Amino acid sequence: MLQTLTRIPVANYSNIRVRSGYSLKIDDTEIALFKLTSGEVYAVENRSPHPKGGVLSEGLVSGEYVYCPLYDWKISLKDGKVQAPDEGQVRTFKVELEEDIVFIIR
Amino acid sequence: MKKLVMIGNGMAGVRTMEEILKVATEPFKMTIFGQEPYPNYNRIKLSNILQGDTNFEDIIINPLDWYKENNIQLFTGETIVNINVEEQRVVSNLGREVEYDELIIATGSKSFILPIAGADKIGVTGFRDINDCEMMIKSAQQYKKAVVIGGGLLGLEAARGLLNLGMKVDVVHLMPHLMERQLDPVASSLLKAELEAQGMNFLMEKETVEILGDERVTGLRFKDGSQVEADLVVMAIGIKSNVKVARNNGIYVNRGIVVNDFMETSVPHIYAVGECAEHREIVYGLVAPLYEQGKVLANRICGNLGEPYQGSVTGTQLKVAGVDLFSAGEIFEDGTTKSIMVYNEYDGVYKKILTRNNMIVGVVLYGDTKDSTKLFRMLTKKEDISGMTSISVLQSECSAEGSNDDVASMANDELVCGCNGVTKGAIVEAIKTQGLTTLDQVSHCTNAGRSCGRCKPMVSSILTHTLGDQFDEAAAQKTSLCGCTTLSRDEVVAEIKQKGLTSVKEVMNVLEWNNEEGCTKCRPAINYYLGMIHMDEYKDDRDSRLVNEKMHANIQKDGTYSVVPRMYGGVTTAADLKKIAEIAEKYEVPLVKLTGGQRIGLFGVKKEDLPAMWEELDMPSGYAYGKTLRTVKTCVGAQFCRYGTQDSMALGIELEKKFERLDTPHKVKMGVSACPRNCSEAGIKDIGFVGIDGGWEIYVAGNGGVDLRAGDLLCTVKTQAEVMEMTGAYLQYYRETANYLERTSKWVERVGLDHVREVLANEDTRKGLNERMDKTLKKYIEPWNEAIQSEEIQDKYYAKHTIKVGE
Repeated sequence: MLQTLTRIPVANYSNIRVRSGYSLKIDDTEIALFKLTSGEVYAVENRSPHPKGGVLSEGLVSGEYVYCPLYDWKISLKDGKVQAPDEGQVRTFKVELEEDIVFIIR
Repeated sequence: MKKLVMIGNGMAGVRTMEEILKVATEPFKMTIFGQEPYPNYNRIKLSNILQGDTNFEDIIINPLDWYKENNIQLFTGETIVNINVEEQRVVSNLGREVEYDELIIATGSKSFILPIAGADKIGVTGFRDINDCEMMIKSAQQYKKAVVIGGGLLGLEAARGLLNLGMKVDVVHLMPHLMERQLDPVASSLLKAELEAQGMNFLMEKETVEILGDERVTGLRFKDGSQVEADLVVMAIGIKSNVKVARNNGIYVNRGIVVNDFMETSVPHIYAVGECAEHREIVYGLVAPLYEQGKVLANRICGNLGEPYQGSVTGTQLKVAGVDLFSAGEIFEDGTTKSIMVYNEYDGVYKKILTRNNMIVGVVLYGDTKDSTKLFRMLTKKEDISGMTSISVLQSECSAEGSNDDVASMANDELVCGCNGVTKGAIVEAIKTQGLTTLDQVSHCTNAGRSCGRCKPMVSSILTHTLGDQFDEAAAQKTSLCGCTTLSRDEVVAEIKQKGLTSVKEVMNVLEWNNEEGCTKCRPAINYYLGMIHMDEYKDDRDSRLVNEKMHANIQKDGTYSVVPRMYGGVTTAADLKKIAEIAEKYEVPLVKLTGGQRIGLFGVKKEDLPAMWEELDMPSGYAYGKTLRTVKTCVGAQFCRYGTQDSMALGIELEKKFERLDTPHKVKMGVSACPRNCSEAGIKDIGFVGIDGGWEIYVAGNGGVDLRAGDLLCTVKTQAEVMEMTGAYLQYYRETANYLERTSKWVERVGLDHVREVLANEDTRKGLNERMDKTLKKYIEPWNEAIQSEEIQDKYYAKHTIKVGE
């Protein structure tokens, strides 16, 4: 199947604050956008891989990790992997930055 | 690829699959059939579900993703009805046929149901799977009286769970003593007394002969002719191996499917493991031996015949709150045994060690089980105890070297944590590769000790042994704030004061956190300590708070929030009620509920609706989400009640208005009653006030939650002003000395009520505490109003941005 990628502008880089999560909805997909202390921006699906689910955008951000606000799972924003001893993976989205605009590639 | 099929999807079987995945040199094509419509879950924890400590999702061991990731084809809700041993094929009840090269039967067992009249009535169940559990929980909502048949491990756990669900519970037992296979009469009678105190009623030496009732059970009749009422009957007499499919297809079956030391059945290429298997005439029903079997079988299937399975000695403990009990091996003296015994009736501690030929052959511990790991090891390893005094056998605080030798001699693949299947090797590796230095860290990284906690002393010994000279006893013993630092709460607070640290980031930086930006344990704690120390000078770090406090609303499981406005002292007006009703309608709030704290909660509110709702409500936040003063529950009191001796509503409102928004180590609840009838339940509040003629009694450290505890009388005062002064001083002393997340009940038990009384007896001390309290209180502003006023806050925390592609 031919997959098309779309580049969607979602935010002004200078408007988003470090160590906080923003929730956005692109069509039917809810995405959580995070800016780390290092200035890097990451996007993951706004849904915890915990069997009971829940959002991620309100989680506490530490380094490249976000802690799921409902069950305290520690999740890497870089590859979406849940850290031991828990297991799982959240879907990640590629983020590009051009001038001051943050794009999500989907 | 070789085809491996497994019948059964339970703990023993799936563990075997995990072991195979670990040791296999060539991949298998794996297929699993499970009768229950669920992935593999932790059956041991069913009693925790029943007792209300956990829920089903949390006890799933292998979620569906695990099967997918390991390319295991899983058919749930499907049973195998036929095994064609010639053509090596299995057939399911849906007619599905799957070929195998190797077949594992892991069908487990079912509850043994007494073959008596009426056993098939509605309301009669075993206690074996999640369905049984759900049925019992449902029954408890409708019915009042349960009878558990069987006073063994499972029966007592079920009975405790039913008590928690609010049912009246009788336990019927055939024998004169409870758990007679694991306990001797002394331990058994201690256990019975404790459980009776918890509310269980025992019918001993009763044999059930009939279950009464029409469609649904209404009672039981015993052999002696007596009867007892019952709306629910739980049979927990024992288990029966599921052997039908094996027996029907010519596999040799006795009580279970008979296997040899390599778990091979009488038919080539067919193996059995777990509760359906019978090894040397024993069917095991506990998890540790089943995991041992799984390991042997995995090696056998992968073609490397390792150590044969030689049977297991099992240790059991009862998972019931308030009961510490451990038993292993033999329990009764015979002519060849010598026993070592300690019986302290006053403290309710009983220990009996049975020895034969200088080796421990049996252990019964009641009331104090911290030696269980050590003794169980000495038992299973058949250690020679002739060089030890009886005291040192019974004491866990034997020299550190002793326990180190113990650990040194352990094989790497020996299981340390039976609950989570963690071996010594796994722990040592985690310590070495991840640089762990404390018990907390080891538990977190490996899961060892996270379930029942029995193995914690041993994990600690392994830590000491592995680190050798680098082991810093003090550091490992003290509880560090979290895994990001080795500093304790007191050290962090001292450093903040001494070095004048003023932000969370600075604390983590200067105190050399090994995790630069901290975690969900330390960041909220540091933020609290900074605010406590610097009072009104500290700027709160909102992003170091967890979701509820950050959002000023309680997150619900579906990601919506709740809105609970302040209702001082539980007193409201018709106008406010109308407003709440209108807003609930306008925003289509799915649930409007009176909370436990005498106010109204609106549940299921979308995040982006929060600021607008707050604005329209125009009421202060009730802080139903915070580590702060929640509510002050009041009775009607002297204003209307004919018994009231004091104005409880007025005092409640004054307290709530003064202390609302105050950050405290954990949540704080108060209650004010106008007379000793105590309608506001002030005796189970963090601080409770009871009006008496001419004054107020102040009760502290009550708790109505997890650790139910009646409050202690702190003092009696005459006036409302004195109440405010004492409360301010008490709360501030709690704020300054408690650990973050330590409730007042735990705090008082730790520091001692007498100590608190002594501190508060000094007028100057009280004055100082109240001054610091007042200074702190000055800094708070109403958070909902703040959010309404600030676009920045709204955008950062409450906005949801929706983007449509292609427009």
